[in-house]
Amino acid sequence: MEKETCTFSFCAKPAVEEVETDLLLIGGGMACCGAAFEGARWANPKKIKITMVDKAATDRSGAVAMGLSAINTYMGENDPADYVKMVRNDLMGIIREDLVYDLGRHVDDSVQLFEEWGLPIWKMGDDGFSLDGFQAKDAGKVSLKDGGKPVRSGKWQIMINGESYKVIVAEAAKKALETNRAATGVKTNHYERVFIVKLYNDAKEPNRVAAAAGFSVRENKIYIFKAKAMVLAAGGAVNVFRPRSTQEGQGRAWYPVWNSGSGYALGLQAGAELTMMENRFVPARFKDGYGPVGAWFLFFKAKATNSLGEDYCAKPEALAEAKAKYGKYVDNLGTAIRNHLMMRDMKLGKGPILMRTDEAMAAINKTFKEKLGDKEGAKKVKHLEAEAWEDFLDMAIGQAGLWASKNVEPDKVPSEIMPTEPYLLGSHAGCAGFWCCGPDDLGAPEEWNKKWPAGNYNRQSTVKGLFMCGDICGASGHKFSSGSHAEGRIAAKNAIAFLLDNPNYTPTIKETADHLAAELYLPFEVYEKYKTYTTDTSTNPHYIKPKMLQTRLQKIADEYFGGISTWYMTSKTMLEEGLRLLQMLKEDTSKMAASNLHELMRCWENYHRILSVEAHARHILFREESRYPGYYYRGDFDLVDDANWKCFVNSKYDLATDKWEVKKVAYAQLVEDAAPVKH
Amino acid sequence: MPSYVITEKCDGCKAQDKTACQYICPNDLMTLNRDLMKAFNQETEQCWECYNCVKICPQQAIEVRGYQDFSPLGANVIPMRGTDSIMWTIKFRNGILKRFKFPIRTTAEGSVDPYKGKPEADFANLKKPGYFTTSKPMPVIKK
Repeated sequence: MEKETCTFSFCAKPAVEEVETDLLLIGGGMACCGAAFEGARWANPKKIKITMVDKAATDRSGAVAMGLSAINTYMGENDPADYVKMVRNDLMGIIREDLVYDLGRHVDDSVQLFEEWGLPIWKMGDDGFSLDGFQAKDAGKVSLKDGGKPVRSGKWQIMINGESYKVIVAEAAKKALETNRAATGVKTNHYERVFIVKLYNDAKEPNRVAAAAGFSVRENKIYIFKAKAMVLAAGGAVNVFRPRSTQEGQGRAWYPVWNSGSGYALGLQAGAELTMMENRFVPARFKDGYGPVGAWFLFFKAKATNSLGEDYCAKPEALAEAKAKYGKYVDNLGTAIRNHLMMRDMKLGKGPILMRTDEAMAAINKTFKEKLGDKEGAKKVKHLEAEAWEDFLDMAIGQAGLWASKNVEPDKVPSEIMPTEPYLLGSHAGCAGFWCCGPDDLGAPEEWNKKWPAGNYNRQSTVKGLFMCGDICGASGHKFSSGSHAEGRIAAKNAIAFLLDNPNYTPTIKETADHLAAELYLPFEVYEKYKTYTTDTSTNPHYIKPKMLQTRLQKIADEYFGGISTWYMTSKTMLEEGLRLLQMLKEDTSKMAASNLHELMRCWENYHRILSVEAHARHILFREESRYPGYYYRGDFDLVDDANWKCFVNSKYDLATDKWEVKKVAYAQLVEDAAPVKH
Repeated sequence: MPSYVITEKCDGCKAQDKTACQYICPNDLMTLNRDLMKAFNQETEQCWECYNCVKICPQQAIEVRGYQDFSPLGANVIPMRGTDSIMWTIKFRNGILKRFKFPIRTTAEGSVDPYKGKPEADFANLKKPGYFTTSKPMPVIKK
């Protein structure tokens, strides 16, 4: 089948704007906002130019666009070494402990800044009950920085009034960029609604990043950013597997629907080494609305049971069966194992699985009234009910709508929970991402820092000058929003060090501006060339529209790579067949067609999704075990095999030949296991 | 829960160069029908129901109706976002009403001064762990 090319014979050539900068921040979410804040402070005295490019409006872009009801990573009184143990346990024993510890020791500074900038943080009242951000202020509670006591919903989580979380963090980032403009004399250094399609390596140094090309989603214009270093934080991959709701409900993805795998695709095409791309996250959430369950479990102490009222995580026969396959990892009941046990009961027909919100509220009601008397107790219960709704209204408003539409009052009836379709990410409870240099003061192998081939700069990928953070710095999950901001700051600071060490570099690429324009606008050319061939532009044998590209990807991923339709089950034979079909889908992307700028973005987003899924499938194929039961299973290797697979799986993609290299990388434990519990 | 625009209320943000909803939507969904000068959601199956268009609309012309894949009709959730707090009204299918008010920020919009009272970057620390704000030595893993 012949490939399509763009010669601008059918679609109009866009205007081209070339932007020369020193440090390019790709993405506008928590990580790049952190990068802008930290980076500008170091850059300004040296007149280093920083530029941020965001596909949306930074006030409401990235995973925190809607808001959040909690900050999931705040150390406070905790030791970062214990944080490493928790993350290691939840991610089935394989993480980069240097990166995770490093994150833990840095993260609190970012959280304290958020409070300073105006984020309302709950505080513990003198009566042992929680105060929201305003009440705490009125009661004279001091800030976290000055020793204020947050309300913990779990060991690592603190509660916030986070409707405007992103707006506040973005405000600081935008102001930081403004100071950089003042210091460097640059007129514009913040581009919104520009979608980056591809990174380009240096013409003379193939393993060095030199440029990023993208297009405006608002006008016919492409941008070529030439940069001496880049911080990439363009998010994980959502709606890559066929979702449980396939029509308008597919928008209600658990993770942001606009996270299109761009972070992975941009980096892997530049040749950056990936790690743990076999990892995925399948959260168990309130069914369909995908509202958060964390506060219900941790804060309200609600229990999840099967429909017979049985605790599916406490059945001796289920635990014994799991232990026979997955060993010691079953003991700690991490997120993957709890999913596994839940699904076991679902397959036995013991569903729906129910969150017993009614019982939790009844218990709270009773305790409060006993403790405080009827009147004061009822008042506190009402406050608590508001807190439960705020949990949804801050971060999954649709769940509140769904409860309202189904007349669900959580104090009267339980609510169904369900494992979602799989997501690829590295900042929440997942760790798919890039293999990055770590700090050199934590006792990690020198190959991970001092002997890093691209140079010893924390969070630098294997490509020189390309730094990773947020969802795409791999093997280091459980950063969440605060950790992503903190990691963006680490990455930017190290990128500045890299820039100062390499003062004479001028980025050059071999591709001309015309070449880039033709590459990016190919879906327009294809559409314009063929659109009149049929009477309806939606059905045409010469092209594929972005929506169908996504649908086909989702079907392949779901049916062959362990999605919901096979109960997350896959195997060598299934993966190989899926990859064969995926290859044809990849070839068909030369015929993707866009009728407007919005569709052009959807075409390239879905191209990014395809590459992300391919990496995921190739890693699962390589790892001959089921490291994450409850997230996916290899039917042909349904065990956790520490003897052979307690290691990282890394891969590298070669864009020129379309070939993958996948390999094992040795694990190194830096934080000792917890002492055995004495009985 | 895709957003929808109420015809009578939307004025296409006449006074501005682009509509507020179009400016803010993280997924590039809200767009302007230039013939009618009314906004609409161009791809409802990609709507995360983040409500940013609803919250920003100066005419309160945008609301959300439940995804029909799974939501029975008749309920709605309506915010009123102020400068320091947000008010929510939730109407159940059976008519029950709930109202909540939550803080959203403790400082005035636009008042963030990110480097006020912060130290300058000390380049002697550039290659050490910590940020420009860090004053104490960073901990390391104890063996």
